[in-house]
Amino acid sequence: MSREWELFYNKFIVYEGYKTTLNGLALTAEIAVFGLFIGMLIGTLIAVVKVVPKYKLLPRILSKICDIYVGFFRGTPIVVQLLIGYFVLIPSIGLNLDKVAVAILVFGMNSGAYVSEIMRSGIQAVDPGQLEAGRAVGLSFSAAMAKIVIPQAIKNILPTMGNEFISLIKETSVVGYIAIVDLTKAFRQIGDSNYEYIIPYLVLAVVYLVIVMLITQGVKIIERGLKKSDRHN
Amino acid sequence: MIDIINLNKKYGELVVLKNINETVAEGEKVAIIGPSGSGKSTFLRCLNCMEDPTSGSIIFEGEDIADMRVDINLRREHMGMVFQQFNLFNNKTVIDNITLAPTHLGLKKFRQKKIKNFFIICLNLFRKEKKNLLEINTTPKRIRAEAKANAMKLLARIGLEEKADKYPSTLSGGQKQRIAIIRALAMNPKVMLFDEPTSALDPEMVGEVLDLIRELAKEGMTMVIVTHEMNFAREVADRVLFMSDGVIAEEGTPNEIFDNPKNLRTQQFLKNVLKAR
Repeated sequence: MSREWELFYNKFIVYEGYKTTLNGLALTAEIAVFGLFIGMLIGTLIAVVKVVPKYKLLPRILSKICDIYVGFFRGTPIVVQLLIGYFVLIPSIGLNLDKVAVAILVFGMNSGAYVSEIMRSGIQAVDPGQLEAGRAVGLSFSAAMAKIVIPQAIKNILPTMGNEFISLIKETSVVGYIAIVDLTKAFRQIGDSNYEYIIPYLVLAVVYLVIVMLITQGVKIIERGLKKSDRHN
Repeated sequence: MIDIINLNKKYGELVVLKNINETVAEGEKVAIIGPSGSGKSTFLRCLNCMEDPTSGSIIFEGEDIADMRVDINLRREHMGMVFQQFNLFNNKTVIDNITLAPTHLGLKKFRQKKIKNFFIICLNLFRKEKKNLLEINTTPKRIRAEAKANAMKLLARIGLEEKADKYPSTLSGGQKQRIAIIRALAMNPKVMLFDEPTSALDPEMVGEVLDLIRELAKEGMTMVIVTHEMNFAREVADRVLFMSDGVIAEEGTPNEIFDNPKNLRTQQFLKNVLKAR
């Protein structure tokens, strides 16, 4: 075995570096999963606001607020948002939030901006006749949206949402900036311990790759399940 | 049953309906014919406010439903609508398509009653004379079961019971449209609005849909039908409206309109349509 592998093996197994790594993996997953969940909630809300007919004042104001929100989160790097969230916003309102909670919030809000655009295109791809038919049988706008349009929109955008989740997972690798020991940071610490980075970083890349491949497969399976209403049987 | 008073509809600068006054009596079958772009569909869609009138009133059961303060959703329950493109809910099975609205609205009313009763109970604590609770003689389970039983009965009527658990994408156009019609019937509407119900169908399937509409007509349902099927209009309608350029250019019994049209535009239209056959 080469010297690099030996060093990595020593640190990873003998000195139990895998524990921090597994912990880091859990944190990465936690931030990405909850972040996506918050992102979907925010994204769906914004998307619905954007498709509501705009002849009244309230929808117009809400729509403007949403524009500003999306503009900010798409117009600045996620690292900057993370730093502002953790070092500026949270201390300034005197809240003592855990850094992982801050990361989840920031990633959720960031993802919400992107999901809103995906969701909007998904909603707009649903035949307007579907909403109309729902309204015609007496459902309110929100009931028709929730029961008829959004389920179909979600089916439309599922592959894209898979991509969003994948990029979210990869983006979480910057949470080291606020001292969270996620997957990336954990491998970096292994490298730091003996200034030998080649193997840790290569293994890190492989771990991300495997995660992403697993998600891709998972999305395919869900997609197949949701396609039920398209099948001609 | 429906009084249309000074109805106007504009899309920006484009005037689609010009000051229309019309009355649909209970049990009456009104057919609307006319060239495309004449405003027939817009007129029909204004009747249940799918398109909000720019000005004017739609009086349905003594209430102006064009008024923004009226809860249009409650009124639409009594106005069935059938679309040219069927518009069955693609994410729902046939049976769910039919039961969705009755169940949802039934449950909603049930919950509202429960909430009201809760407030009455709370307020009764402070009242000398206790107020009676609202009567609730159903359960969510029963609402669902009744909606389903009713849907199966309607499906049996059109002979499509075996399609109950299929998705709309597996059905033919004629089947879809007949299911769309009974989906509207499931709400026990007082009037049915048909927006070119056979225009998107293969010629072979037009018959089965028209037969169902004919049946409804015989049962005395009030209907407003926008159609290009002249023979059908002549047979089913009590009154025919000919629309052109956003106004009702001529109206009368089918015999008056089809055999003896007075208006030049009507004559022209009928000549062109009948020549095409």
